[in-house]
Amino acid sequence: MIEGKALSLSLDGKRVLSDVSFRFHAGGMYGIIGPNGAGKSTLLSLIAGTARADAGQLALDGKPAGEWTRKALARHVAVLQQGGLSPVGFTVKEVVGMGRFPYQNWMGEENADPAPLIARILELTGLSGLADRQIDRLSGGERQRVALAKVMVQEPRLLLLDEPTTYLDIGYQLQLLDTVKQWQREQGITVVAVLHDLNLAAQYCDQLFVLCNGRIEASGTPEAVVNAELVERVYGASSVVVRHPVSGVPQLLLHSRAGE
Amino acid sequence: MLLLAASIVVSLSIGSASVPLSDVWRILLNYVTGAAGDGGADPTAIAIVTQVRLPRIVLALLVGACLSLAGAGFQGVLRNPLADPFTLGVATGCSVGAAFILLFGYHMTVGMWLIPGVAFVTGIATLGVVVTLARARGAMNIQTLILSGVIVQAFLGAVVSLMSSMSQGVVNEINAWLMGSISARGWEHAQLVLPFLAVGAVVLIRYAMALNLFVFGERHASHLGIEVERTKLSVLIVSTLLTAAAVSVAGVVGFVGLVIPHLIRLIVGPDYRLIVPLSALGGGIYLLWADTLARTVASPKEIPLGVVTAFIGAPFFAYLLYRRKMQQGGTL
Repeated sequence: MIEGKALSLSLDGKRVLSDVSFRFHAGGMYGIIGPNGAGKSTLLSLIAGTARADAGQLALDGKPAGEWTRKALARHVAVLQQGGLSPVGFTVKEVVGMGRFPYQNWMGEENADPAPLIARILELTGLSGLADRQIDRLSGGERQRVALAKVMVQEPRLLLLDEPTTYLDIGYQLQLLDTVKQWQREQGITVVAVLHDLNLAAQYCDQLFVLCNGRIEASGTPEAVVNAELVERVYGASSVVVRHPVSGVPQLLLHSRAGE
Repeated sequence: MLLLAASIVVSLSIGSASVPLSDVWRILLNYVTGAAGDGGADPTAIAIVTQVRLPRIVLALLVGACLSLAGAGFQGVLRNPLADPFTLGVATGCSVGAAFILLFGYHMTVGMWLIPGVAFVTGIATLGVVVTLARARGAMNIQTLILSGVIVQAFLGAVVSLMSSMSQGVVNEINAWLMGSISARGWEHAQLVLPFLAVGAVVLIRYAMALNLFVFGERHASHLGIEVERTKLSVLIVSTLLTAAAVSVAGVVGFVGLVIPHLIRLIVGPDYRLIVPLSALGGGIYLLWADTLARTVASPKEIPLGVVTAFIGAPFFAYLLYRRKMQQGGTL
């Protein structure tokens, strides 16, 4: 479980997060949504340990965030960043294998041979056929799959996704989130995802946290959170909310004012 | 390794007084094994090989290895393919400290170790200035870093020139050293460099895997469990230390740390666990041949070693810059 109490953070004299509290239970999938500059990515960096809060408490599994060593944290928390991996000369297999770094000594050895794990995850992410391809020869969508395979190989208990579907076409977006969701259920891990697309967030997440100007504006199940009034208030966009004909979750239809 | 051994022997035989390869082998074997008797070789040849050429060759290997390792370290941790002790201005920064000590002769009274020590201090200060100049809002552009390296280097080069023009006796010595040279050096210089090289190589090899993870960015590396700041600081310090040791004995020999890690990368790929040790080896061989050229091409006159490496390195640098430009669609 991850618990944040009254977290505040300022960067360059500007308040980015103020008085943010949340509780993410083990095994759940949580979405953080909100407009640009709301502090969503900053909140993720707090949990990932790459930023420190000025005030408030943050604990992972009951242990304050500041007490985790870098390497222990990397065995517990993995982060899938937006934009994916830069095109370099390493092969898919080598990059995915880097996910084992937190378990290795400086020689690159670990107790159990990670090869079966790596092979299984390459299979899951549909990368088996590309294993020996250099990643600078892959498309953006394929590279993002490599990035996902790498964080899976890291075997985290908590997976943080920072707008993982940016720059992906809708086919790849669904494929990526489906893989994450399936793997999350299978392993019983916790997923916290910053998502731009409210419709995808409503479909995949158990709970949503709406961040606006560094504050939590609303939180709860997608049914409780996603409504036209909130979208107007937070994004300044007018919309109609309908039920998904198959799954029944709320879905947003944007409503243009230009035609009126 | 084989290339290394062959290079040593061939280079030993080349020079203003040519010694046949077979004789070089015999002399070298006798010298290394300490066998009695000269195997029938000419005593002059023995003296040339063991007392003049061998220490110089060993020093070329050590200096080349140092500069090449430093280049690999800078490139890895700054994620900048154009970084090298010379292009970053660190080598010139080290030369300010070293020239200062040489000029006033402090190393005579305090000890030889003072030169690399002070060179390290001025070198790391230079690196600090260059990085601060290049950094804006925490981000560092690849070309901006090199540009600020060049600016700082121009300024510090002028400082060293000023020092050498103010002195009388040691002008020639400092000037020759400024252009990079390992002529008239002996075993004591090799002994000075060796410990720096040993420590530097061990530390960089230990950080090789971490450097691999840096390719996707610092934040990425930290998510995988790397103490980013500590790694950066250690690698930068060690690379500067290697530069200081090389500069202390050889002056400013440019572009070695740029050319060699790049060639190695072309051959073995992006894995620093291979790049680091092979750069040390390759840098040694490269500088050995550069120095052999320097002392033979215009024989009996000598070309400064830095001139030879610049003739090879500067066009290479231009090529890298050009290739980057093409990759980025024409904008630099």
